[in-house]
Amino acid sequence: MRECKIVSRKFDLEDAHTLKVSKANGGYRTLEKLKEYSPTDIIKIITDANLRGKGGGGAPAGPKWELMPQESEKPSFLAVNCDESEPGTFKDRQIISKDPHLLIEGILITCYAIKAKHAYIYIRGEYKQYQDILQSAIDEAYEAGLLDACDITIHRGAGAYICGEKSALLESMEGKRGHPRLKPKQKEPEWYFGNPTLVNNVETIASVPFIIQNGADAYKAYGTERSPGTLLFAMSGHIERPGVYEAEFGTSMMEYINVYGAGIKNGKKLKAVIPGGVSCGVLTAKEVENLTLDYEALRNVGSALGTGGMIVMDEDTCMVTALKNILEFYHEESCGQCTPCREGTGWVDKLVGKILDKRGTKEDIDKLLDIADTMNGKTVCVFAPAVSTVIVSFIKRFRDEFEGAL
Amino acid sequence: MSFKFSDENLREIEALKKRYPSSKALTLPCLWMVEYQEGFISLDAIDEISKHTDTPPMEVYRVATFYTMFHLEPQKKVNVQVCKTLSCKLCGSDKILEHLKKKDVNIVHVECLGSCGTAPVMQIDDVNYENLTTQKVDEILKEIK
Repeated sequence: MRECKIVSRKFDLEDAHTLKVSKANGGYRTLEKLKEYSPTDIIKIITDANLRGKGGGGAPAGPKWELMPQESEKPSFLAVNCDESEPGTFKDRQIISKDPHLLIEGILITCYAIKAKHAYIYIRGEYKQYQDILQSAIDEAYEAGLLDACDITIHRGAGAYICGEKSALLESMEGKRGHPRLKPKQKEPEWYFGNPTLVNNVETIASVPFIIQNGADAYKAYGTERSPGTLLFAMSGHIERPGVYEAEFGTSMMEYINVYGAGIKNGKKLKAVIPGGVSCGVLTAKEVENLTLDYEALRNVGSALGTGGMIVMDEDTCMVTALKNILEFYHEESCGQCTPCREGTGWVDKLVGKILDKRGTKEDIDKLLDIADTMNGKTVCVFAPAVSTVIVSFIKRFRDEFEGAL
Repeated sequence: MSFKFSDENLREIEALKKRYPSSKALTLPCLWMVEYQEGFISLDAIDEISKHTDTPPMEVYRVATFYTMFHLEPQKKVNVQVCKTLSCKLCGSDKILEHLKKKDVNIVHVECLGSCGTAPVMQIDDVNYENLTTQKVDEILKEIK
């Protein structure tokens, strides 16, 4: 496993959140390159590098940038998604608290490429501590004249998981409830007050300076062919050394857990891993043995890479309790716009609670699968389908435990 | 009980208006200002926000009730928000919750606070306290009071 530091290069430096330390270590140097490249050149490099969105979906960033109009009467905007609320995910906070200037540099390049004059950073309300660090970095950048051509404003959320969904995020930024919008049939940019807008995750934007500085090939030298580059993978749960460690795509999952995480806590045996935030299907220890950390490998086993935030569970974990915990989360966080999701999340939560209370029957397990099917693909956003995947993955892989709990 | 924004907040609102394509975008920032100024969002404050954001009071109210971090009533005790989501649960948040129940604080069960690698975690007044033990909880509460 080779060390790769594309985004986390300055994380270990003292005071790397200050402009002085950032600049002394190569910060903002990419801005010089903007004189050589036109906006469309920049977009081409990002497309060539096949930079994939690092907020969970993994959609290629370049084609999304291409949707932004280069000539438009309306102003274009950039919205940076820092609503990191997926349980098990805590990587963006590392960027904004340890190297906020890298994000600002990335924003400046992105805004140049999509011809935006204003970028908003939508940050979750619970991150006030880190928001303050980011704001001082922005203030420093303003004072140094770095933001003369492009404004940056932080917009603070107030405790709604769904606002991490890009259209809900924009609704929230328009001063409304965070209800996701219907997806258009054709490919088009997102809209903020009717103006073309690009929404990207913090880590995606923070990866841009490296690519522009070193070229698409330097980025593609890491990772696999279809998932190039690196990701700030993270580990939590029953692990000796939880934390965020950058690694390239295609890294062996077991090796990552054993080398960076120093293995399972208290020398216990591994039972299961949720690979990328709770919305990805759970995997058994046996499946994890041969898996690599990239989008394709995880999709092939019916799960997803998601945000790369792994939740590790040891042999003593009760999977019914774990599922109950996740369903409580979804029940609390469903935005309530679509009936299958609003009603479904409460219903499955109750049913698993019933099984935990030893009042369950075999029909309840089938009922869970039935509701999961009803929730899949019948709502505005992917929240309900994610709940559906989680339920099915738990029951499919640990059915004996659910039956044993009856 | 009428509500008025402080002069500082009024200046902030005017400054923010220049940073958004529409004043409607100011609903969330204004709600935050009220939350910090008063400790909760009163109906009078909602009327006041409505004037600044060019949004009907009912819509402001709808927004205020959607986001869990806004309080619609005055808070009497210290609010301790304990994360109860999976990573914290696996790392012993139940024990912390049991311990807190013996204290004179208002316990709020919240979903993931984004501190999964330093679980279990609680948040008091926007500050995260991580890698909690019962002993650490005692020390933190002592310091706050």
